[in-house]
Amino acid sequence: MEVLQLLVSGLANGCVYGLIALGFVLIYKATEAVNFAQGDFMMIGAFVSLGLTNAEYMHLPFWIAAPLTISIMAVFGYLLDLFVLRHLFGQNQTAVVILTIAMGFVLRFVAGLIWGHEPQTLESPLALGDLHIGGVVLGMADVAVIVVTFLLTWFLYQFFQRTKLGLAMQAASQNQMAAYFMGIPVKRVQGLIWGLSGATAAVAGILFASKGAIDPNAGLLGIKAFAAAVIGGFGSLPGALAGGLIVGVIEPFAARYFAAGYSQIAPYALLLAVLVFRPHGLFSQVRVKKV
Amino acid sequence: MSLLEIKNATLKFGGVVAVNDLSFSVEEGEVYAIVGPNGAGKSTAFNLISRFYEPYAGTFTFDGNNLLERDADQVADLGIARTFQNIELFDHATVLQNLLVGRHRHRKTTLLEEMFFTPRVRREEERHREAVEEVIDFLDLQPYRNKMIAGLPYGVRKVVELGRALASKPRLLLLDEPASGLSVEETQDMRWWIDDIRKQMGITVLMVEHDMGLVSGVSDRVLALADGAKLAEGTPAEVQANPAVIEAYLGAGAV
Repeated sequence: MEVLQLLVSGLANGCVYGLIALGFVLIYKATEAVNFAQGDFMMIGAFVSLGLTNAEYMHLPFWIAAPLTISIMAVFGYLLDLFVLRHLFGQNQTAVVILTIAMGFVLRFVAGLIWGHEPQTLESPLALGDLHIGGVVLGMADVAVIVVTFLLTWFLYQFFQRTKLGLAMQAASQNQMAAYFMGIPVKRVQGLIWGLSGATAAVAGILFASKGAIDPNAGLLGIKAFAAAVIGGFGSLPGALAGGLIVGVIEPFAARYFAAGYSQIAPYALLLAVLVFRPHGLFSQVRVKKV
Repeated sequence: MSLLEIKNATLKFGGVVAVNDLSFSVEEGEVYAIVGPNGAGKSTAFNLISRFYEPYAGTFTFDGNNLLERDADQVADLGIARTFQNIELFDHATVLQNLLVGRHRHRKTTLLEEMFFTPRVRREEERHREAVEEVIDFLDLQPYRNKMIAGLPYGVRKVVELGRALASKPRLLLLDEPASGLSVEETQDMRWWIDDIRKQMGITVLMVEHDMGLVSGVSDRVLALADGAKLAEGTPAEVQANPAVIEAYLGAGAV
């Protein structure tokens, strides 16, 4: 029973990692760049929803605040691309990496300025009540996280596999010039993907804030999500979710059965193992040419 | 009225005049070739037509549409497709996937329909696949259908790129050095294909090419450029006999 309990709470945590990892993969699939501010996007999403919902701020009903947060973050992502990232169009990917790392610092600072550095909790209806299934206790927030994460992964997967826009995004990531001349408006497509990743981060933020307290440094768990994305095979959406779940589950087990401190390094130890034995990740889409 | 009409096109890179007051027009159904020494402005003229460069002056009209009002991606919607001198394919995708991207401008279904894969989307999808299979048959690409581009030989990639352009069912096909880097047999194939593209598919072809054998074999008219300006225009034989062209290629005193 204890194992089951650890597993379930690990899965719920893993879903949050998975959601941030999805954001990494989205940007990577569409632009071949890595957005190292993805964790901070989630943190901003969490604070926006908190600012809209909590009594001391705007006090909107949660079910209005949540879609509003998602829209705001989608617009935020799109505008960020329009005014900042588009100026790096055609530049080396390293420029994007450095820019996004810096962006993370800026976002953490701005969030601290607006909402303060003290941990706060979102007054979310998802945070109320527990679910008891045969001795296993599951917070409603955990159930919500798991359900929403799986739905969102399915949705994004379908989007990339089936839709014209999703395929256009993948084409643009591989060869901007060729995509352009095949009739794909590359710049607009990239703006849309940043909007989509903003929206995904907002969902992650709302769910994360429903599970516990948030502060401006919450986004730093993006590093674990990055590990999750690499484990899953950067570029695969189901892989990102699976990587997130693996990292999420490994943590409580390492905390329970190993000496103190091991739970902190366990995800990275796994990352190392994956990089050694399956360098393209568990769900890689890169097929190595066999000669 | 000509299908493509270019008047007084000029493009400068800093102090260098890459294209200088160039005018020419391509008639529907013909194969029109641009020749000239390296740096004559041939590829630049191409990049102006596909809106990669913004011209300094001049008008560009395709089938009554002002090309300058459009972005590069909207040029494809008009029915202009192109290939590149150095091959620009989606390397981490298969031949089939590359060709399907060529169908992009013909996909008319909506995002929601596509997410749920409605019967209409399925029919559309089958239609695109059929169109691509026709191209595969035409260019004999069957053995490579599910191969990744990254592992294919240069000659095959060149053909795949032609295929991707054809899959978009263009009215005007721009070929930037279709025979460069190809073997003698591959060049021969290319010659037949260009012939068939014009005759069977009714597609107008504008190409830049160095191989004079290929140029005189398939072209109706030839434009010779030097230093970004028109040197001569006419049938392949006329242009090759033109003293100014011989001088530009071989230097003064060769005649």
